[in-house]
Amino acid sequence: MLNSKLNLVLLTAIWFLSQQFFAQEQKEDMAYVKGGSYIPLYGADSVWVKVDDFLLDPYPVTNAEFLKFVHENSEWKKSGIKKLFADERYLYNWKSDYSLGENVSEKAPVTNVSWFAAKRFCECQGKRLPTLDEWEYAAMADEDTPDARVKESYNQKILSWYETPKTFENNVGSTFKNYWGVYDLHGLVWEWTLDFNAVLLSGESRNDSDTDRNLFCGSGSVGATDLMNYAALMRYAFRGSIKARYSIKNLGFRCARDAQSL
Amino acid sequence: MKSINQLSKNSIFKFYLALVLILVVLLTLFSCKPEEAKAEDIRVESKIQAQLTSPPFVPAPVGARKAANLVVDMEIIEMEGEMTGGVKYVYWTFGGTVPGSFIRTRVGDEVEFHLKNHPDNKLPHNIDLHAVTGPGGGAESSFVAPGQEKVFSFKTLNPGLYVYHCATAPVGMHIANGMYGLILVEPKGGLPPVDKEYYVMQGDFYTEGDYGKPGLQAFSMQKAIDEHADYVVFNGAVGAISGDNALTAEVGETVRLFVGNGGPNLVSSFHLIGEIFNKVYVEGGSMVNENVQTTLIPAGGAAIVEFKVEVPGTFILVDHSIFRAFNKGALGMLKVGGDENEKVYSGTQLEKTYLPEGSVIQAMPVAEKGKEPQNVPDKTLAEQLVHGKQLYAQTCFACHQSAGQGIAGAFPPLAKSDYLNADVGRSINAVLYGLTGEITVNGDKYNSVMTSQNLTDEEIADVMTYVYNNWGNNKTKVTPAMVKEQRR
Repeated sequence: MLNSKLNLVLLTAIWFLSQQFFAQEQKEDMAYVKGGSYIPLYGADSVWVKVDDFLLDPYPVTNAEFLKFVHENSEWKKSGIKKLFADERYLYNWKSDYSLGENVSEKAPVTNVSWFAAKRFCECQGKRLPTLDEWEYAAMADEDTPDARVKESYNQKILSWYETPKTFENNVGSTFKNYWGVYDLHGLVWEWTLDFNAVLLSGESRNDSDTDRNLFCGSGSVGATDLMNYAALMRYAFRGSIKARYSIKNLGFRCARDAQSL
Repeated sequence: MKSINQLSKNSIFKFYLALVLILVVLLTLFSCKPEEAKAEDIRVESKIQAQLTSPPFVPAPVGARKAANLVVDMEIIEMEGEMTGGVKYVYWTFGGTVPGSFIRTRVGDEVEFHLKNHPDNKLPHNIDLHAVTGPGGGAESSFVAPGQEKVFSFKTLNPGLYVYHCATAPVGMHIANGMYGLILVEPKGGLPPVDKEYYVMQGDFYTEGDYGKPGLQAFSMQKAIDEHADYVVFNGAVGAISGDNALTAEVGETVRLFVGNGGPNLVSSFHLIGEIFNKVYVEGGSMVNENVQTTLIPAGGAAIVEFKVEVPGTFILVDHSIFRAFNKGALGMLKVGGDENEKVYSGTQLEKTYLPEGSVIQAMPVAEKGKEPQNVPDKTLAEQLVHGKQLYAQTCFACHQSAGQGIAGAFPPLAKSDYLNADVGRSINAVLYGLTGEITVNGDKYNSVMTSQNLTDEEIADVMTYVYNNWGNNKTKVTPAMVKEQRR
């Protein structure tokens, strides 16, 4: 009896491990991010957010990858895009529907893509866009810590990227590899998230302490957390300013996938 | 009886009639005023494109122009610029300059504001104009992503000089990077005409490296929070309105300066050395103060100052929190040309030595010892000249002036200087240990004090080589070894 029970446990364990192994093998190009809880921004009444385990592309989607997608899905080509799904600047820097032109690197992140296009791209790969919470969670990490936000140097580095012009011309992988094995979350381009507009920033940032108490109690936060909040605030401000059909030169994306769905 | 009754009734009627008449007169008298003052009801008749100008210039006065529908096209550009010689900084700008383009309107204008965020930009921005009556001063309606354009309209109700700035989170950072400017709302009929008008705006900057540290300097959020400014400047950079870029006027002209303070942190004690402001529109509003020496301009505030220039010369604009002027860059120039007027200012009439307790030389604070770099290979002349020029701008320029011409009677010239060229050792000594007492330079006597300069041997060699190889001097190449020899 005891033996059979042990057997069952063993069998289950073996099945589970093989599943895991299979999953890893199948998606070894994606980085495994172990879930957890975190507070998006520090402040007087911030709330904890829980994130489940998920897989994330180690690099943003490149021009070459998106070109392949356009070849396979011609309704997403530059000249064929429906106005509803992207504005006039969709793939603006590309030479033509199926050609990047000389000034656009194949290995640079694809930008000037709308949220609709990014979402569709991921769906065609059997993936999805990461949620805002997932993206922010993965982006807390530096090279060796899952949450580096308390490090002043880390925040300073992010802030100085926000001030460096034209980083969208650089190739993917040109910044650091973080704790989860993910590159370029900071320092290359902004990235779409599935629910980018879930947090509304009115644009009148001094009012936002009223509109979203959970996120923008900036006045309540003091001292060391300020730098961290500033870096995050700029991302939230950016997300608050965009709409799903916008195609922006500094905005790319990468895909994610549930860890359980494998 | 009856007639008396009739009489009294008659007089009562007359009394009432008079009362009504008085009331009507009073009403018409008073009703005239508010009708004219109500800017909201001023009709606009035409649509015109606003002329925008880069500092230090301002658009043409509104004069007799009627209120109009004024279209303002403002482009936001994030760009690299030069803070001072060899120091680069990424500015965020309204219209490609710091401060942003000057907007000139009149009361009653309906401004149609187009805010365009250049596609190459990284961040969303918006604009809060203090001249706007409405939530956020337009900030909420103008929040615009890169590669997008937002349009909103407002009516100018109150005359005055107003600041505009970006109000996107984090607001302090957007302002600290240069996102501010001025919008003028002139009263009906315009401000009284003057001969010259200029646009000057102070701002404080916070960089990773301290003042003068070369290379691309990142914004330091921590220093900004601590309010420890590295640079306090007029018009976005050290020297933006000095030397060749100085403001100019002629003797006898009336000059009007539109002065703003973008902050983000510091309040300006705005002063023009050697002038008295005949008029100051206090805080940019309608109250006029007269005969003002220094006017306080709050962060996010402005003032209009007016003065007549009576004598020629170079007049220095400063923030009279004076270390900002000489150590952080808050220094500008107004060069006035024309004939001397000795009735107003005589120049030096007498000079003689006055040394009651012997001479004392003041020294600049010396930083930690041993910072002298070891075994540095000698620089080429070209390298020395580049570095020397930067050092000159930071250390010597305030007294000896941009082209080494000095200031007559106060600071001896370094240009074509017989004193300098006669003895290089003596000159090195003056930089090392200061100089006091009477000297004769090019035939003129000077009796002033030069402070001892806190510079390394290499720095002294570079800056002196720069001086010796410019402005008609004898092209001596000063080496660090020569400086070392003079150290006691």
